[in-house]
Amino acid sequence: MAFTFAAFCYMLSLVLCAALIFFAIWHIIAFDELRTDFKSPIDQCNPVHALVLPEYSIHSLFCIMFLCAQEWLTLGLNVPLLFYHFWRYFHCPADSSELAYDPPVVMNADTLSYCQKEAWCKLAFYLLSFFYYLYCMIYTLVSS
Amino acid sequence: MSAPAGSSHPAASARIPPKFGGAAVSGAAAPAGPGAGPAPHQQNGPAQNQMQVPSGYGLHHQNYIAPSGHYSQGPGKMTSLPLDTQCGDYYSALYTVPTQNVTPNTVNQQPGAQQLYSRGPPAPHIVGSTLGSFQGAASSASHLHTSASQPYSSFVNHYNSPAMYSASSSVASQGFPSTCGHYAMSTVSNAAYPSVSYPSLPAGDTYGQMFTSQNAPTVRPVKDNSFSGQNTAISHPSPLPPLPSQQHHQQQSLSGYSTLTWSSPGLPSTQDNLIRNHTGSLAVANNNPTITGVDSSSTTSSASPMPNSYDALEGGSYPDMLSSSASSPAPDPAPEPDPASAPAPASAPAPVVPQPSKMAKPFGYGYPTLQPGYQNATAPLISGVQPSNPVYSGFQQYPQYPGVNQLSSSIGGLSLQSSPQPESLRPVNLTQERNILPMTPVWAPVPNLNADLKKLNCSPDSFRCTLTNIPQTQALLNKAKLPLGLLLHPFRDLTQLPVITSNTIVRCRSCRTYINPFVSFIDQRRWKCNLCYRVNDVPEEFMYNPLTRSYGEPHKRPEVQNSTVEFIASSDYMLRPPQPAVYLFVLDVSHNAVEAGYLTILCQSLLENLDKLPGDSRTRIGFMTFDSTIHFYNLQEGLSQPQMLIVSDIDDVFLPTPDSLLVNLYESKELIKDLLNALPNMFTNTRETHSALGPALQAAFKLMSPTGGRVSVFQTQLPSLGAGLLQSREDPNQRSSTKVVQHLGPATDFYKKLALDCSGQQTAVDLFLLSSQYSDLASLACMSKYSAGCIYYYPSFHYTHNPSQAEKLQKDLKRYLTRKIGFEAVMRIRCTKGLSMHTFHGNFFVRSTDLLSLANINPDAGFAVQLSIEESLTDTSLVCFQTALLYTSSKGERRIRVHTLCLPVVSSLADVYAGVDVQAAICLLANMAVDRSVSSSLSDARDALVNAVVDSLSAYGSTVSNLQHSALMAPSSLKLFPLYVLALLKQKAFRTGTSTRLDDRVYAMCQIKSQPLVHLMKMIHPNLYRIDRLTDEGAVHVNDRIVPQPPLQKLSAEKLTREGAFLMDCGSVFYIWVGKGCDNNFIEDVLGYTNFASIPQKMTHLPELDTLSSERARSFITWLRDSRPLSPILHIVKDESPAKAEFFQHLIEDRTEAAFSYYEFLLHVQQQICK
Repeated sequence: MAFTFAAFCYMLSLVLCAALIFFAIWHIIAFDELRTDFKSPIDQCNPVHALVLPEYSIHSLFCIMFLCAQEWLTLGLNVPLLFYHFWRYFHCPADSSELAYDPPVVMNADTLSYCQKEAWCKLAFYLLSFFYYLYCMIYTLVSS
Repeated sequence: MSAPAGSSHPAASARIPPKFGGAAVSGAAAPAGPGAGPAPHQQNGPAQNQMQVPSGYGLHHQNYIAPSGHYSQGPGKMTSLPLDTQCGDYYSALYTVPTQNVTPNTVNQQPGAQQLYSRGPPAPHIVGSTLGSFQGAASSASHLHTSASQPYSSFVNHYNSPAMYSASSSVASQGFPSTCGHYAMSTVSNAAYPSVSYPSLPAGDTYGQMFTSQNAPTVRPVKDNSFSGQNTAISHPSPLPPLPSQQHHQQQSLSGYSTLTWSSPGLPSTQDNLIRNHTGSLAVANNNPTITGVDSSSTTSSASPMPNSYDALEGGSYPDMLSSSASSPAPDPAPEPDPASAPAPASAPAPVVPQPSKMAKPFGYGYPTLQPGYQNATAPLISGVQPSNPVYSGFQQYPQYPGVNQLSSSIGGLSLQSSPQPESLRPVNLTQERNILPMTPVWAPVPNLNADLKKLNCSPDSFRCTLTNIPQTQALLNKAKLPLGLLLHPFRDLTQLPVITSNTIVRCRSCRTYINPFVSFIDQRRWKCNLCYRVNDVPEEFMYNPLTRSYGEPHKRPEVQNSTVEFIASSDYMLRPPQPAVYLFVLDVSHNAVEAGYLTILCQSLLENLDKLPGDSRTRIGFMTFDSTIHFYNLQEGLSQPQMLIVSDIDDVFLPTPDSLLVNLYESKELIKDLLNALPNMFTNTRETHSALGPALQAAFKLMSPTGGRVSVFQTQLPSLGAGLLQSREDPNQRSSTKVVQHLGPATDFYKKLALDCSGQQTAVDLFLLSSQYSDLASLACMSKYSAGCIYYYPSFHYTHNPSQAEKLQKDLKRYLTRKIGFEAVMRIRCTKGLSMHTFHGNFFVRSTDLLSLANINPDAGFAVQLSIEESLTDTSLVCFQTALLYTSSKGERRIRVHTLCLPVVSSLADVYAGVDVQAAICLLANMAVDRSVSSSLSDARDALVNAVVDSLSAYGSTVSNLQHSALMAPSSLKLFPLYVLALLKQKAFRTGTSTRLDDRVYAMCQIKSQPLVHLMKMIHPNLYRIDRLTDEGAVHVNDRIVPQPPLQKLSAEKLTREGAFLMDCGSVFYIWVGKGCDNNFIEDVLGYTNFASIPQKMTHLPELDTLSSERARSFITWLRDSRPLSPILHIVKDESPAKAEFFQHLIEDRTEAAFSYYEFLLHVQQQICK
């Protein structure tokens, strides 16, 4: 029983993962509101934008921490999403300082359903990883 | 409104599916206009007679009756007809009218055909309608209905045998089992029906008599007269004389009250004019008017006189006038020939046709009833393939494709191209068919509905679907590999539009659909929504019918009789009090702009049109100019002269005074005039070369945000200061690159964000780019794209060096300033449950999945929507689409314009191919390809276009036609598809290998996105005519002018002979190519020069010479010109002059260094299919 760096990483990521889950749920609600016509995309996209960068940075932080803690398996699990985030971030057509959700096109049915799917998938991923981190934290705490 | 969020989503940018599908030829052509279907065509022989008849419908009817001996027996009975029939008559009157207008020269060419048609047409209709009425009557027990059914029965009796005939022939000729089954059944019921036998009822007489006894019809002539009056008064080209509108106004109100005035002595002359006037737009023009008449004669609480006369002003005066003069020649290639073709085979009895169907329709035909009707419509079609009996085949086809038939006889057997429906499936071997392009413009195919629905359906000018037969499932659609979508032109100038004022606008309670002609009345008090199938109550007010002044006939209300209507909305439809018309002009006055000299033209146009700006007493106007600083103009009433206020802090723009920058047009008119007179000379000596466009726009936004309105931005160079500054991104060496074309997307989000802010404040930004150098239109255009503005581009504009551009700007401005405008608009598109919209094209901001927010709407804006089929449509035989455009008129009224389109659902792939509207499909593909080239790359978009052809043709080859696979086969409906796609590939927007300036390319893309179909088609595939031998054969009369109708030539140099002169109509440009060996007579008579050598290199006008050939050429060109909102420039190109390259690049069937010829393209496609 020792408090290692890895254990610390898991604990921190556990907390932050809760935040990510919150973000994902927030996205889902936002897109659903768009779909049901409760809000204008212009109003809606701004807060969504505000959440995108924190989410990406938190997730990148995970990856860096796990890299430092040499938790290769956990890192491996997170790398695909990391690359996906990078791709999203750098694949914006215009020079925009902001991210991902463009009010004029977000209402396009394809785009909207894509965004919704993305949000659901992320929610699932974060939920699973939450329990995974919990397990790993306990495991590292107990095993070492 | 919060700041917009800018960037694009990687996947978000609208995507074209990797391979998008193909489309088809609108072979089966026919009239524009739901109701007007057969109408415009119906004239021939009688026309001449009618010309001489000063007025009076009764007489016309006599005319009709005469040729159709068929009908003219047994006059009795009529007076006892129930109201329904009156209504029918009323409509028939409607359909009669157009015919007057067409005064063909070829009138007497086809007596035989006339005879033939005169006998035929009614039968199939009556079959269908009888059925409907029969069932309808049976299902509803109302006494009215029963009484109404009597006359039908007599009809049936009358036509019973023909009906049988068509039935049997259909069975014999082709094996569509289901159809046959249905059809047989219907025949049976038919046969059974006559046993009710009433004395046979002469349809023709009915009309004549009913006519005079009816109120509403009498109203109509007056209205029409008033219109014709306008036309003559204006002497065509001049768009907006205020006087006529007043005239109209008066006459309208007059018509509202004294219904009998129509025959008053003063009118005949005008009516006579009318006869010659309207020609092209018959379908629209004459279709709707009745209802307005109706409306105005109505006495519902709603139909108070004031609103009505107001409607006349608003709905049908200024711009409408415009359209009646401008668009009457025909707003699109499709209707154009109508007048020409109409003459031919008489088809006198056609006006009769509407009646029975009309009568039948109202009685709660639900879906079950429709089905047989629809089937009925199919059957004659099929039988038409193999006419065993010429007479019957004639009449069977006739009601379906009147235009086609007439055309065929009028041009004498050339009609194969614009083939009727059964023809549209005829396999065409593309590589063998040398002359694939028809001689006459291609029309929109008519949906295969039963006759009465067809008549009610929305005009294809406003509303078109790429597939007029909607596939039942997405799987079927995928198999067909064709794009499914709608092409909209919702705010088109209409000559007539029923305007409805009522306290309650009847809408479905669950999906909010507006009541429309395709709903079904379950009984008197309930109707079933045709989009979501919910059963709704008919409100009390709706029970009263202003048309007949009777109670209990909700199905006769104008809303239910017209697929295009306009409602005056109540305050429920307002978020705030309707805004006034507000116009702000933001003008570039840097050195570059002054040098180009556009200010003079703009100020001049504004001065001329100041009084014609749409608006009411609240209209406000303001001006801003900018170079490296921003100048505001205080025009406060009471000042002795305009005050210029300069703001030089462009990093943090503020408004120098809170008010008096936007002033009331009428209160400060003198100051405004002073300013406009002074402006062109104020900056003549400026040395300022910088342009702070971004800050100026921010200031404009601040100025406009309290009210909303229209900002017109004039820009002449790259913005070089402050926010939104741009750098030159174009590399001239890459202009003709075949590989990558970069920078099609915006360089900065600034303009998009600004546009979104503007859109949120109901402000639209229109951009006029007058630039000689690269100005990064791709970035600048965003300010209009997302704020529902429009974009005009005048490359290498200079007021002296380039006079033709200057003239174009002047004319465009005139149209721009005076055309109708709607403010703070939203447009919602609804469709039948099971279908869904997924991508929109055009200039707007998508507010919700089916809601477009349009800060401004103008009559020249077109939209496209892609559709997908989410649920199978097996349980329905019809689908409907409805667009509702809610806007504030320039008079401060909240209005809703509703269009409803109804299409049949089919389950077989063959039927899907048969119903392809190839022009709509091409326009939709072009829109998708633009998105694709911005989001992905130009070469991707080009590949996708080619794949669209390959996929659709191979899908057709492998599934529908079982012919040999070695040949490249296409259904007749799709035969123009490869040609049009090739034309797209050679269009400025998508071409590679030919030197194309980036701005030109981007502008072409912007136009593709925002132009309505009619104008876009000319841009994609220009029309070529030979004009050195114009004759009056087949000519049409428009406004006292004879307009020759030369046949279309294919776009290939092989058609150009040195001995000829050719006119190419590219939409925004006309070229006249004069061959080296051109007849000196032509050069002398038309061009005004003695021989070929003396024609100057730069010639942009045809001289007004007093020779027959000059007159013909000019009237033809004027007629073409009038059919479009923006005036095209005319270039006369000599053979061997350097300018001829411009002309030859449009010959898309020929090979160029960088692109395939048409034949090579076909071989390429064939190769791809065989892979």
